[in-house]
Amino acid sequence: MVRLSIATGLTALAVALTSTTAFAQTEISWWHSMGGELGERVEQIAADFNASQSDYVVVPSYRGEYEESLVNTIAAFRAGEQPDIVQVYEVGTGTMMAAKGAVYPVYQLMADHGANFDPSAYLPVVTGYYTDTEGNMLSMPFNSSTPILYYNKTVFEKAGLDPNTPPKTWEDIEAFSKKILESGAASCGFTMGYAATWLGTENVSALHNVPYGTLENGFGGLGSELTFNHPIAVRLWEKLKEWQDNGVFSYGGPAGGPDTSPKFYAQDCAIMMNSSASRAGVLTNAKDFEVGFGMLPYFADVEGAPQNSIIGGATLWVLSGHTDEEYTGVAQFLNYLSSAEVQATFHQATGYLPVTTAAYELSQEQGYYEANPGADIAIRQINLNPPTENSKGVRFGNMPQIRTVLDEELQAVLNGSKSAQEALDSAVERGNAILREFEAANQ
Amino acid sequence: METKRTIFPSKGLPYLLVAPQLIITLIFFIWPASQAVKSSFERADPFGLSTQFVGLTHYLRLFQDPLYLASIGRTALFAAAVTIIAMGLGLILAAAVNRVVRTSQFYTTLMVWPYAVSPVVAGILWWFLFNSATGLLPFVLKYFGVVWNHNLNANQAMIFVVIAAAWKQISYNFLFFVAGMQSIPASLTEAAAIDGASPFKRFWTIVFPLLSPTTFFLFIVNVNYVMFDTFGIIAATTGGGPNQATNILVYKVYQDGFIGLNLGASSAQSVILMLFVIILTVVQFRFVERRVQY
Repeated sequence: MVRLSIATGLTALAVALTSTTAFAQTEISWWHSMGGELGERVEQIAADFNASQSDYVVVPSYRGEYEESLVNTIAAFRAGEQPDIVQVYEVGTGTMMAAKGAVYPVYQLMADHGANFDPSAYLPVVTGYYTDTEGNMLSMPFNSSTPILYYNKTVFEKAGLDPNTPPKTWEDIEAFSKKILESGAASCGFTMGYAATWLGTENVSALHNVPYGTLENGFGGLGSELTFNHPIAVRLWEKLKEWQDNGVFSYGGPAGGPDTSPKFYAQDCAIMMNSSASRAGVLTNAKDFEVGFGMLPYFADVEGAPQNSIIGGATLWVLSGHTDEEYTGVAQFLNYLSSAEVQATFHQATGYLPVTTAAYELSQEQGYYEANPGADIAIRQINLNPPTENSKGVRFGNMPQIRTVLDEELQAVLNGSKSAQEALDSAVERGNAILREFEAANQ
Repeated sequence: METKRTIFPSKGLPYLLVAPQLIITLIFFIWPASQAVKSSFERADPFGLSTQFVGLTHYLRLFQDPLYLASIGRTALFAAAVTIIAMGLGLILAAAVNRVVRTSQFYTTLMVWPYAVSPVVAGILWWFLFNSATGLLPFVLKYFGVVWNHNLNANQAMIFVVIAAAWKQISYNFLFFVAGMQSIPASLTEAAAIDGASPFKRFWTIVFPLLSPTTFFLFIVNVNYVMFDTFGIIAATTGGGPNQATNILVYKVYQDGFIGLNLGASSAQSVILMLFVIILTVVQFRFVERRVQY
């Protein structure tokens, strides 16, 4: 995926560099991390906005994956060359929120520059993730996704399973996988992206309604401590080790799991858990088999599960240090971006969530969900129950580093050098040290 | 070595002549390096909005951090393995070319190709070959009963990055060894051959000792390569994993600084690396250059 997006990124950059600006139009720079087909969607949105009015020109440019783009933005800010708008992934939220002088909060921008902006138009799970403790929305939701379950209907059938019944619980996952392995229909039961992080701890905590960290999962302030070494995570990680050894599970690598999707596409693994935004890619790559969709599994004996899943993806941050004229254009553009039509088109083309209620309703009216079974799994999953303190998201500074720690510790469990409890305890300890460092740097 | 003295007509001219090089060095090396030194004593938020002086905190923490200490040991192992393999194979190939196809430039050209490949691209090539899901080598290894999964197996991951890093450097070593061998007078080996020395003995007692200047030079260059240029290979293959098994010092600088945005701690690490290079360079000039004759 990284490799693909380098090529497309260069193309996008070349396009951005060569696109000429008509005279007297105010240029608005938008740095993003959408490679490949997603990048084309972004280009399209900007082109449509530019065609809709003549005062402003939005110039999108691809700046690498989320991590790279964030680093580029920070370097640019330090050099006084920051863009107007930058797309930052959800785990960068803590970092951006703490950077008070660098960010022009979206609610304030909208108030200052006259666009009628209504945060309540957005889905509560989405706004919840990106508002500060006073309830102000600091960045503009753009592409939000949540992990869902994909399964290979063709393999299910071969294994004698009902192709129309996706596994619901971890117990199902185990039983189904064993049946698949025994029948020889596939060589592995399931694989998952973000195995140690977004899925393996963050969403596991949310779905079982247990805290990931203190102070409302970090929403309450920089002094929070991590608590994801709870019995449910330990139980899952122990199971993952057992399953990795007996073939039920196959680890796809750290971070997003570069080998996860290939294992599913190649029909090695019958089930994959991954971002809902993988939908388009999965459908394109699933050439010789039929794909089914389901919700993330949970442990059946845990009371209150499944609560609701949490989102990932990215939002748009407006950076300080630009002219009022530019900000007026930014406000107009963000308003355009949140319109039901734009959101619904983007949602349907990509598998990202419809971030506003209006976009969801419009998609329903258009009959999109009837024509595309499974496309509403993600949105139903984040709305299973009203979000609690444990399931509205996580917010920690230096979150990317904490995720790296979790990846490393899960690897230690899977290769047998640590027990699940030891690894999660160690991850909490190392993660807390990272949080204290962030707290000290942002006092 | 003899030192040559040139007399310039005016005092300003020599300074003017070295000025371009000095300016480039100042702007692109001294200034950024001094910034790194400065920020290694500071704790700053990523955007540089607030900065506080923390003295040696970052350095003290580094040397108390078991993960950093482990990374030093791991880097030493990695450096030794890559240097030995890359230089050993480079030498063997050079000897082969020198002996068998002395006149053929064709093989030499082919051998140099990998050097033109950038570390990231080299990493990606090997990533494809070793990919546990779709790669060719795991597929072949399966027939020998080896389950290849460098995503989880620490030793396999290390072998993987060592191979990828060494492969790229073999060409460079090969080229220098070939040049070194060609400058050894053929009369020496011919005389030994007449005295009845076997090809191996001729190589070991004549060619290899006479190659020592090249070998020393390459040793320094290779260690430098392993310490710094292998970053791209690690980034494109294992990303330092599994569980830090291939997280060498230079990659850790990137991880802590660019992914973690902990610029102070990351700067402290790069200052330590910089000191290492300075020491290595001093060693090269002080001892190696003095002792060897070109």
